[in-house]
Amino acid sequence: MSAALAIVALATLGSAAAAMLGRSLLRSIFMLAVSWAGVAAFYMWAGAQFVAFAQVLIYLGAISMVALFAVLLTRQSRDEASPPPAALRRAILAVVAAAGVAAVLLWAVAHSPLAVSGSLAPATSVRQLGFDLMGRHAAALLVVGVLLTIALLGAVVLAADGAQERPGDEP
Amino acid sequence: MNALQLCLAFSSLLFAVGLAGALARSNAIIVLLGLELMLNAANINFIAFWRFSPSSAPATGVIFVLFSIAVAAAEAAVGMALVIAIYRHQKTIRLPDATDLKG
Amino acid sequence: MSAGPTDAHLLERAPFLLRDWLTHALPEPLRWFANTLIAIAAILAIFGTLFALLTLVERKVLGRVQNRPGPNRTGWFGILQPVADGIKMLTKEDIVPRAADPLLHFLAPVALLGFSVLTFAVIPYGRDLVAVRLDAGVLYFFAAGSATELSIFMAGWSSNNKYALVAAMRALAQLISYELPLLLSAVPVVLAAGTLSAPDIVESQGGFTWGFVPHWHVFTPWGAAAFLVFFISALSESNRSPFDLPEAESELIAGHLTEYSGFKYALFFMAEYFGMCSLCGMAVTLFLGGWQAPLAALEFIPSYAWFALKLCALLLVFIWIRATLPRLRMDQLTRFAWKFLVPLALVNLAASAFWSLSFGWAGPMQALRWAIGIALAVGPFVLLGRRLGAGIGPRTYRYA
Repeated sequence: MSAALAIVALATLGSAAAAMLGRSLLRSIFMLAVSWAGVAAFYMWAGAQFVAFAQVLIYLGAISMVALFAVLLTRQSRDEASPPPAALRRAILAVVAAAGVAAVLLWAVAHSPLAVSGSLAPATSVRQLGFDLMGRHAAALLVVGVLLTIALLGAVVLAADGAQERPGDEP
Repeated sequence: MNALQLCLAFSSLLFAVGLAGALARSNAIIVLLGLELMLNAANINFIAFWRFSPSSAPATGVIFVLFSIAVAAAEAAVGMALVIAIYRHQKTIRLPDATDLKG
Repeated sequence: MSAGPTDAHLLERAPFLLRDWLTHALPEPLRWFANTLIAIAAILAIFGTLFALLTLVERKVLGRVQNRPGPNRTGWFGILQPVADGIKMLTKEDIVPRAADPLLHFLAPVALLGFSVLTFAVIPYGRDLVAVRLDAGVLYFFAAGSATELSIFMAGWSSNNKYALVAAMRALAQLISYELPLLLSAVPVVLAAGTLSAPDIVESQGGFTWGFVPHWHVFTPWGAAAFLVFFISALSESNRSPFDLPEAESELIAGHLTEYSGFKYALFFMAEYFGMCSLCGMAVTLFLGGWQAPLAALEFIPSYAWFALKLCALLLVFIWIRATLPRLRMDQLTRFAWKFLVPLALVNLAASAFWSLSFGWAGPMQALRWAIGIALAVGPFVLLGRRLGAGIGPRTYRYA
């Protein structure tokens, strides 16, 4: 049980770290896709099947695609040049800051009294989930729907802006 | 360490990796994807607490994660559109170079 | 994995009897494992054979449509052609371009085939004949299908070739555009059946009106419209003609497959046919009643035979369409998805909701229900279709 969790966690963390360290942007995105798949595997391990499939559908099927499109449209597909010294200093500071955050979080996790129930939460059926979403959480569902619509429209407006002004800009 | 603490440690580390990426990299796309990693770490916490804690309301954690994934999708779409808009104006997506507010 | 139907007759139980005969000697925990392995092996063997036969049938049918005999030299009526093709593919040299990203170049066909095979797990091939009974099976199907897009892009980019990259971008745009109507046209079925589990959706389509009209979803107004949208989107998702722009062999020299040769090319080919088979299988499951027999009197024929028959019929329609329709242009392709299929699928969702709400209407109200249902399905189709065609006259070729 814990061994499976350890494998999933190591694969996820490893590919995420590789993605953040990598020079090649597209390779980074593919590594991130592996990492998101690892998170989906964690959801499967925890018994949240529906969330796992939603994670694969949205992260692997949509968000990584959008990222790939952004890379291609901004013509950044080839490797970055070697970083200037300022960027290197910033990177070191960032790693130190992140390590500090990780240390604080891990200390908190290790030292907090976490009440763990003996029995695991009952696996929720998709039907029950649907009734919950449409019943108790209907307002939140509506808000999320409105948010997604506005985000879609906003993204279209932002990305299409200026296309008419400079017709010679087309690649 | 029990299973819940293992899950929380996993999510803390993933959060730290995403944070390091978002702070260190100068490429706007990678910064956005680092933010997505941090969101994922938060989602892992929701699922872990739903799974292992003696909760009264069933499936609350699962539903929260579903909403969170929807918000993450919206964030990614708007974020990438912003990246493309910045590229149109500045011809770069390196964040340290994109300091002009005037287009 | 279940024990199978116990009260059905021999032919219906044959797959389960065969499996139990093979594994009955094993102890209990091992038997479960062996049963799973047998299910995987059976799916791979059956669809592998189907893939080989399909390549032959496709070439034969295309040949007949174009008034030529098709392959007829290897074996009796060319029946050995797939074997010859396989040997040719295996013995060809595997070339990796020097500028390519070797790891991704290798991983792309493997990942593509892997995800394509994963989609077979949740399709119910017969009564109780499903590899994995998932509560969210339909969602799983689309999740695994959406992951294949990533590997197509991987192939195009890792080749480091401008044709491959252009084709990969085309493929991304096309697959994202058509995934939306594909998903949206499956939602009304989920709404009507009240479940995301594929076997339960098939169960919900059992029974007959007046003894001879089966309760398949395709025989309701919204179901027919949703089936049409699903079928067109499935054509596009599996990169089939008339939507085969990503690998348009006459303009993009086979697109993302440009730099692939030998066995890797065969893997891509196989994955494309597997994707086609699984999408057709899902279409049969969602709209055509899955393994249900079309007439009560024909239920003596085992359920998996009905499924196979419907699957083959749909695959033949795929080939027929390929032989008939010319390829679309890129702008026509995306316009068709966003301005026609997506709104149609959304309106159709409302039509399905109306159909579910008016379930109890009887007598003359039943006729009203059908009239409103048909109006909700056909009206948007006509209106959107007229808008789509407006302003596009026949092309004039000035210099031809």
